[in-house]
Amino acid sequence: MKRRALAALLYAVLVAGAAATLAPLLWMVSVSLMPAGEATALPPRLLPSAPTLENYRTLFTRLHLARSFGNSLLLAAAATAISLVLNALAGYAFARLRFPGRDRLFRLLLAALVVPGQVGMLPLFLLLKEMGLVNSYLGVLVPGLASIFGIFLIRQYCLGIPQSVLDAARVDGAGELRIWWSIVLPLCRPILATLAIFTFMGTWNDFLWPLIVLSDEDLHTLPVSLANLLGEHAQDLELMMAGSVLTVLPVIVLFALFQRQYIQGIVSGSVRG
Amino acid sequence: MNPAFWFVAPALAAIGLFFFVPVAASLGLSLTDFDIYSVADLANLRFVGLANYGRLLEDAAFWTALRNTAYFVVVGAPLSVATSLAAALLLGSRLVRWKALLRTIYFLPVVTTLVAVAVVWRFLYHPRVGPLARLFEALGLPAVDWLGDPAFAMPAIILLAVWKGFGFNMVIFVAGLQAIPERLYEAARLDGASAAQQFRHVTLPMLAPTTSFVLLMTLIGHFQLFAEPYVMTQGGPGDATRSIVLLMYEQGFRWWSLGQAAAIAFVLFGIILAVSLAARAAGLLGGGDGAEARP
Repeated sequence: MKRRALAALLYAVLVAGAAATLAPLLWMVSVSLMPAGEATALPPRLLPSAPTLENYRTLFTRLHLARSFGNSLLLAAAATAISLVLNALAGYAFARLRFPGRDRLFRLLLAALVVPGQVGMLPLFLLLKEMGLVNSYLGVLVPGLASIFGIFLIRQYCLGIPQSVLDAARVDGAGELRIWWSIVLPLCRPILATLAIFTFMGTWNDFLWPLIVLSDEDLHTLPVSLANLLGEHAQDLELMMAGSVLTVLPVIVLFALFQRQYIQGIVSGSVRG
Repeated sequence: MNPAFWFVAPALAAIGLFFFVPVAASLGLSLTDFDIYSVADLANLRFVGLANYGRLLEDAAFWTALRNTAYFVVVGAPLSVATSLAAALLLGSRLVRWKALLRTIYFLPVVTTLVAVAVVWRFLYHPRVGPLARLFEALGLPAVDWLGDPAFAMPAIILLAVWKGFGFNMVIFVAGLQAIPERLYEAARLDGASAAQQFRHVTLPMLAPTTSFVLLMTLIGHFQLFAEPYVMTQGGPGDATRSIVLLMYEQGFRWWSLGQAAAIAFVLFGIILAVSLAARAAGLLGGGDGAEARP
């Protein structure tokens, strides 16, 4: 009996926690479907009287958020593709190829993880200004071309590849790049998937750097556009919620599809080998 | 040429040019009076030594930002980690089913876009139409203007940060709990240990390395508070939520005092470095660092 009471209590706490966690997101979706003004009328409603997609239509037609959506998609995809290649090359080399200073270099990279990203942002902005890359897609991508964390993850994974597999390929006369492409990469598929999801979501959600480097509205990513929209439409609650849904939905869908890999990545990133 | 060169060169060139060089240059920049005139013409640039740092020490706005950030870190990070641990322990209970679903729900805020959920919470806290105000009214609690009251603005941001972030550390704790060998609990039970005693003498010590790691990473992440006050309060009301990074952003990209802003960035770096080294000296962390705390 005591056990059942305990279970009931546990469930009560867990379900209350789940409700509290979901509530802000559900409220966001609900308000985004309300006709203009309904959420701010008194008394405010929790559910739309007549659900409408009007706010989304306004975002896409009058406010050009479709353009920002496209920018975010393009930049997140490009950052993912580029960094995956560079990190996989370097991560494999740090794990399995021999070169002078390898371990010292790797330790230096790990030590640099303690440097917060904001420290280099001001000179990076000036550097890109000199290079003519401010206010360009490339300017947004530059800090994420390769990542120390990504190299680390792939290195840890590559350490587990049996040496005999690599030796066999070398005996067969395969070149190092060939081995990487046709043996290492297929073996690394799980960690590559994890890293791809991380990078895509990280780039999609990033705010400070795109805010700094992009001034042209046509190039803005969704989070930057959303923050700007708040400046002009702070009163239009329903519209802002629709914009938030639009920003959040793609990453939530992606997470729903690749949840296992995503969580696995966090766990393996925190367990240091 | 060693073939390994071609494997590491692209990534190292990118990281070197766009990370290490700017970080080093930032130190140099912080020793100059780089401002709006230097942006126009580099001939206006002068070396000023430690003057930027000296000015920070006398700048009330800087101390306020430091205090606000410390508030967010010291209260917010432990609260976030404690919530994560509590959620992981509840989920770990053998009595609970639907674990996967609950875990997914708790984790959901982690993947959301910070700017978007900060927008949502800004309205959630709205004193007139916000659901939270309605809830307080229904419960007969006094009305609170969350983001408009200097005493409540930072707690409101901390609450958002806990909501947004606790799922991340929760999954690390869940993995840590699963790694504790079952036989330790069996042995404790044989010795007649109660559930509370098992928790105190088996779970907590076995989880200590995970906890220190998670806490340190969360502390470091919390030092970088920016988007929440940028979107929700613009640093207000008054200066109550202006964080170090927000101050740096305003100095650098609103007033174009890049020299001054670089000094702020370096102070932040110094603090984070000091916290990491202190944690390492206290034996809280072994080996290299592995994860970014705020994805």
